[in-house]
Amino acid sequence: MKRRPAVIALLLAAVVAGALAWAAFAPIRSASHDALFEIPKGTWARRMAGEKAEILPDTITLVLGVNDVLLLRNSDTVPQIFGPVLIMPGQDFRLPFEQAGEHPFACTAHASGQMTVVVKPTPLAGLQRLQWRLQSLLSRAPWRD
Amino acid sequence: MIRRYLLALLLSAASLAHAADELKSGTFDPPRMAPQIAQKAADGKDFSLDKLRGKVVVLEFGYTSCADVCPVSLALLKQAREKLGAMGDKLQVVFVTVDPQRDTAPKLKAYLEQFDKSFVGLTGSEEQMAAIRKAYGISATKKMVDGSKTEYTMGHSSYLYFIDPQGRLRALMPFGRPADDIVHDVTLLAKGQ
Repeated sequence: MKRRPAVIALLLAAVVAGALAWAAFAPIRSASHDALFEIPKGTWARRMAGEKAEILPDTITLVLGVNDVLLLRNSDTVPQIFGPVLIMPGQDFRLPFEQAGEHPFACTAHASGQMTVVVKPTPLAGLQRLQWRLQSLLSRAPWRD
Repeated sequence: MIRRYLLALLLSAASLAHAADELKSGTFDPPRMAPQIAQKAADGKDFSLDKLRGKVVVLEFGYTSCADVCPVSLALLKQAREKLGAMGDKLQVVFVTVDPQRDTAPKLKAYLEQFDKSFVGLTGSEEQMAAIRKAYGISATKKMVDGSKTEYTMGHSSYLYFIDPQGRLRALMPFGRPADDIVHDVTLLAKGQ
């Protein structure tokens, strides 16, 4: 009878250790590699009216092999310029990344006119993957900083 | 158990096959028709973008005095054209200057011939070239070289713009991607993907 708490503790420890091991070593699977960002209808009109319409984050963080495709959707009624890309109303621009690094872009959807896409390497098995999974748990959309 | 492994293997193979069918460039959905360009080319012949239907056109915006980006991209395009072999004729490179003030037609023609004689150069008046940039959403900014009153560099898009055989602006490839990526995307577009 006195053994029961010890057994439960041992079992719990085993479950936690198993979960941590899984989080650290299981391959990362992602249903979609797309990180979608939408410029909603009326953004341009709001800005022309003097409103500070911050639609997209200043920094977007992507992870290679997980969410490494930036998908920009222009649902506004005017064309938007994202870096060298003119995205027409109702048009998507899908930009895959294959290398880690920082990519600054000019972007008319930002009041500042600038946006940075940070592409991080695929988390390696072990501590990196564990940290990434914990961070993902805490953040609803891990590619937003 | 074996069945499960086989299924996983099949799914992985299907996923790899799907990835191979995707363009490596950034892509538009739905694609729009590429804005028309019609003017004299650097070699003096009439140029009209819509006459190139049936080919994959890669537009590069740059200038002949560019020290780092343009020569690298042009060398990669030349390499890609060679790697395409018999399909090389399906690729037409068009180099649009962002510096018409210095890039005269003879200068641009001579510059492009150093890379590949099939490359077409476009230069014209400031207004003509600005209109093309505007249609493609491209900016070019002049920056004076420190200590000089005449020397300048041009800030410009370093992306390559892919137009498919139907004349639609389909994709943009960031600077520095290997020639194999260009070959990959040109091949897919030429096959009607």
